[in-house]
Amino acid sequence: MTSETPAKKDVKLSCRNVWKIYGEEPKQFFEAGNGAVESPVSLANTISNSNHIVANADVSFNVHVGEIFVIMGLSGSGKSTIVRCISRLVEPTAGEVLLDGEDVLKKSDAELIDIRRHKMGMVFQSFGLMPHLNVIENIAFPLKLQGVGERERCAQAERVIELVGLQGRESNFPNELSGGQQQRVGIARSLAVEPEVWLLDEPFSALDPLIRKKMQDEFLRIQSVLHKSIVFITHDFQEALRVADRMAIMRDGAIVQVGRPADLILNPVDDYVREFTRDVPWESVLCAADVAEAADGPLKGLGRVTADTPIDSLLGYLGENADGVAVEAADGSVIGVARAANVVKALANGYDTTPADVRR
Amino acid sequence: MWDRIDRDVYHWFAIVLITLALILAQPHVEWLSAYPKNLIIPFADWLNAIMNWLVTHLGWLFMGVSWLLEWPIKGVRMVLQALPWSVTGFLFCLVAYIASGWRLALFTLTSCLYMVIIGYWPESMNTLSLVAISVPMAILFGFGLGVWAFYSRRAERAIMPLLDILQTVPAFAYLLLILMLFGFGTVVGLIASVLYSFPPMVRNTIVGLRRVPAEVIESGLMSGATGRQLFWRVRVPSAKRQLLLGVNQATMASLSMVIIASIIGGTADIGWEVLSQIRKAQFGESLLAGLVIALIAMVIDRVTSGLATQSGDYENRKRSQSLRHRALLIACIGVVAFYALAKFIPALEVWPRDLEFSPARSMNESLTYLIVNFRTEIETIKTLAFFFVMLPTKIGLQGSVSPFTWGFELQTWHSLSYAAGMTMLGAFCAYRVNAHVAIFILLFAIFFYFGLTKMPWPALLLIYSFAAWRIGGTRLGLGTFFGLGFIVVTGIWPEAMLSVYLCSIAVIISFILGAGLGIWAAGNDTVSAILRPINDTLQTMPLFVILIPFVMIFKIGEFTALLAIIAYAIVPAIRYTEHGLRNLPEGVIEAAQMMGCSNRQMLWSVKIPLALPVMMLGLNQTIMYGIAMLVIAALVGTNGLEQIVYIGLSDGNFGLGLIAGMGLAIIAMIADRTTQAWSRKKQNIAEIHFW
Repeated sequence: MTSETPAKKDVKLSCRNVWKIYGEEPKQFFEAGNGAVESPVSLANTISNSNHIVANADVSFNVHVGEIFVIMGLSGSGKSTIVRCISRLVEPTAGEVLLDGEDVLKKSDAELIDIRRHKMGMVFQSFGLMPHLNVIENIAFPLKLQGVGERERCAQAERVIELVGLQGRESNFPNELSGGQQQRVGIARSLAVEPEVWLLDEPFSALDPLIRKKMQDEFLRIQSVLHKSIVFITHDFQEALRVADRMAIMRDGAIVQVGRPADLILNPVDDYVREFTRDVPWESVLCAADVAEAADGPLKGLGRVTADTPIDSLLGYLGENADGVAVEAADGSVIGVARAANVVKALANGYDTTPADVRR
Repeated sequence: MWDRIDRDVYHWFAIVLITLALILAQPHVEWLSAYPKNLIIPFADWLNAIMNWLVTHLGWLFMGVSWLLEWPIKGVRMVLQALPWSVTGFLFCLVAYIASGWRLALFTLTSCLYMVIIGYWPESMNTLSLVAISVPMAILFGFGLGVWAFYSRRAERAIMPLLDILQTVPAFAYLLLILMLFGFGTVVGLIASVLYSFPPMVRNTIVGLRRVPAEVIESGLMSGATGRQLFWRVRVPSAKRQLLLGVNQATMASLSMVIIASIIGGTADIGWEVLSQIRKAQFGESLLAGLVIALIAMVIDRVTSGLATQSGDYENRKRSQSLRHRALLIACIGVVAFYALAKFIPALEVWPRDLEFSPARSMNESLTYLIVNFRTEIETIKTLAFFFVMLPTKIGLQGSVSPFTWGFELQTWHSLSYAAGMTMLGAFCAYRVNAHVAIFILLFAIFFYFGLTKMPWPALLLIYSFAAWRIGGTRLGLGTFFGLGFIVVTGIWPEAMLSVYLCSIAVIISFILGAGLGIWAAGNDTVSAILRPINDTLQTMPLFVILIPFVMIFKIGEFTALLAIIAYAIVPAIRYTEHGLRNLPEGVIEAAQMMGCSNRQMLWSVKIPLALPVMMLGLNQTIMYGIAMLVIAALVGTNGLEQIVYIGLSDGNFGLGLIAGMGLAIIAMIADRTTQAWSRKKQNIAEIHFW
């Protein structure tokens, strides 16, 4: 596992050595109760060998304030389980889930209900709408459970309806809506209580590709307004790249690698991760900073771009200017220089094709 | 060919041989043909003793309950009788309109008018008042138990078999129990009806709560629902449709039981009316009264299922909601208006006697005319069926072939050629189809020659248990063995075989006819459109009523019972066959078409094998319907267990009736489990082959 980039912001949510074991007697493997063990891999092996199923093994990560943290993995890799462990829809076998530094797993039922009512919102893959309630009743449902008055409830629901762009649909029932619209209701409902942590379990997987792309844009727009701390589950690497600030890749219940998308692409820890990055159009993922190398000459006369400039937007400029372009960090200091050769070299890694037989 | 013969077939072959040996030994060993009398365990006497003790020592308790329950019944009855028929009828029509629309309202109006004009309004209201009390009780009780079973696996394991027993033990068997405990009166009907109608509510509650999607529950939890909120605001509303289906089934069950319970009399309701008319052989009257029951059943069914469908149809909810908001107002205005009108026009209050119109007499006359003129034809049908199908199955060819019936004496060479022919047919099947069919043919040939009731009981016990074991596994095999063993040691085996005999013939005929009709209906929309309302009607009709036309023409006897059973049991055979054939995976059909299947090949090699699991479920239902009707058919004179149940009821021999009832329930459960296991087995094969 690569070390995580140092936190620039406060940690909002933190999973520490979370285990979820299914079977007759899952607790027996954690006498101490704490999920921190010396060798998680060998423990996981022991557990699967004794007729238990390891759904999550030693999962640890931090989600910072205002960050979109994506968990990616194939089906059965435990990504849905971990998000349910965080919300305690599934009770973890061992470990800690810290929300604002407090362990959610130690909360009483009443406290847990309170957390869910005020601090967490969740969006589900197949929407989880109440079939017997119309759009506005569905969205106001969490508020109704809290006992908020009808007038306030409606006002708040109207606000989020506007946010997700469902005006005019208030009195429709879920079965009258398209998949995309239903998920907008799901999103609106999860936002109605103004949660701090927003959990999205494959929110767009049930939608067809065009709608999915549109919903991703909507999601990013909403996030640019609200700045929630987000855990976003997906099995679609492209989707992960589009929305992630940082991401984790899971396999067999354990996290394989955590990092920025570009980190994963440039330095995959193993073939499993590399397999995902294979079909990615690297030029749109990598940015200037990823290909820049330390300046070995004078920087005068070079053009300047910010570190997060995608390299596909630089290709034209680099083709004209053999000396390359200076890449500068947010504070204006120069990180390095990116030349056409750096770009070509970086991109070359991203292609799977056999190198051509070049005759001399 | 030889590789097809596995160990299983050897076992079966051994069983055939054992059976033959037992048959040969039968004349020499007495206990083979009849279970020894002195070894019969007197369960019936013990039950009677327990019952007596209960009545003597706890009678006051039950009588108290009975006294308490009497009040609400009396109340509702009084209200329904006191209201002018026009007011009540108006309310029914309004409810029908809300539930489904103006068509149903019109149908309800017609039904009400029929009841009024024919002169059965007061009797109908008496029936309804019992239903009106028993349904809410059954629903509350069933819902409570269903919720308990939903949350606790242990409770579920205890409740489920109880439901099975309540739904399979014939009502006649426990009517007496209720009668003895609670005393003579309407309460008996009420309690029997609650006992019979709460099981479907339990089942639907469990299914409904279970079917709520996990994500809906999770989203409820994430919305911060407390346990109570999750149940009442998420689970129950999401399961509403299934719950209302439960209400529909409970109501129908309640109505049919109220009708059946009227057999004990003293209720002055419509069921009693039908029964006493049948007993007086006034068939016109009984048919007219029977029609009232059928109409009540249809209206109640359409209204409750209309409400259930509506609850899932949220687009229409807006319309009906606004209507519902106004409904109370409309109802109030209507009631007042009709009440006032009835004061001015007495015919709207109580329909005058001299305006009643009953075509009963002319019906009776035309029936007599029919019977007199077609006597020979009717007799021929009866005789043919009796001599060539029923009698041989019952006592075998060896007993039934005589100059009187078949026109010749059974000679040794007849028997030998029969044996040779059947053996050859079996061998042919073993060679061309498979060994199991061959074994089946051999066993069938033996049954048909010696007769089901003349078979030695150890042989049948062995065959049934072994078949159940092969089809459903060890548990089913053991269950069958002990179940049938119970029937043997309680000494009701001969009657049980008479029940099995009558029911098997009915089921086989129903299934063959029904499957044929189903195949026809699956391929022809017109046929399907014609059959559907007939099936609907037969299915909602209280069993009582189905008896009437057959008794009218064929008089009392086994043949009439057979026809009545067939009329009722054919419905699921048609339904399931058509459903199975119409809902096949499109891809397989298209693939078969592209391979160039002819129509005949398509039907026999593709569609029917694919639809077989569903058709097997149809067979299962056919058997269940057959047994249900068999119990009622005891009224027209049969000789099996159902008759003992009925005799137990009329003689006040509670133990005997209950034992026979349990025997029937055991047979029903064995048949049910075996056919279900068979269907599951077929389903697995189908899945391996086609998916």
